[in-house]
Amino acid sequence: MTPSERLDATFAALADPTRRAILARLATGEASVTELAEPFDMSQPAVSKHLKVLERAGLISMDVDAQRRPRRLEPKRLQEAVAWIERYRAIWEHNYQRLDALLEELQRQPARSKRKP
Amino acid sequence: MPKPAEVTTPSDREVCVTRTFNAPRQLVWDAHTKPELVRKWQGYDGWDMPVCDMDVRVGGTYRWQWKNREDGQQFGFFGTFTEVTPPSRLTHEQYFDPGNFGSAMPVGDPCIVSLELSEQMGVTTLVCRLTFASKEARDDAVSTGMTEGMEYSYARLDGLFATKAA
Repeated sequence: MTPSERLDATFAALADPTRRAILARLATGEASVTELAEPFDMSQPAVSKHLKVLERAGLISMDVDAQRRPRRLEPKRLQEAVAWIERYRAIWEHNYQRLDALLEELQRQPARSKRKP
Repeated sequence: MPKPAEVTTPSDREVCVTRTFNAPRQLVWDAHTKPELVRKWQGYDGWDMPVCDMDVRVGGTYRWQWKNREDGQQFGFFGTFTEVTPPSRLTHEQYFDPGNFGSAMPVGDPCIVSLELSEQMGVTTLVCRLTFASKEARDDAVSTGMTEGMEYSYARLDGLFATKAA
């Protein structure tokens, strides 16, 4: 996968509330499919489907050696997605800080001229 | 102090930027529509903005161009205004002009940029929504096109810090 395709897979995987909730659960520690299915009131096959999407996106991994096959969070992909957004955000924020300064200057100007007789 | 800009991706093709400003809406509107003001804040460190032409009316066009102070590299944006409702809504169709970057940014379909301004107790909230032609266009714009100038400035800044530290 190219970095761009990887981001596509990550964002597509994150676009679903159930999958985000699964990630939030896994952030507290590894869990089996049964454990993950419990709080969602979903069948195990339905949860497995979501897990496959998350696995394909590289957001989680499975411990194949353990019998209960626990899933765990793979933070690297999530960090890449956050970094992607952050880079973009930094550019806007940088511009907007300049705009803050300009707006302050513009608001000072009329006040100063009013004070003059 | 205004809260830092928030960026979300509401859908595959969209990016949404939200920011508040300690200023009345009319001023924020002016800062987005008067070329002499746009020039003062929109851009990148180390880059001049030799071209900032804006004909702010429905069907009017605009062109922004930045030029690197050191090596003369250029890039910019151009497009057409499709909605102008002062001081609350401004929408334009935007194309990327890679200049001599030769970026991978697609030139075929425009990005729809819509700006929404609302004011409460003298604080203006800006919501800027960018809708790209495709998911690929959005990802390219964020990871390459629009950030190249910035990355470039950062890289030079890093160099400067390294020199100072040595």
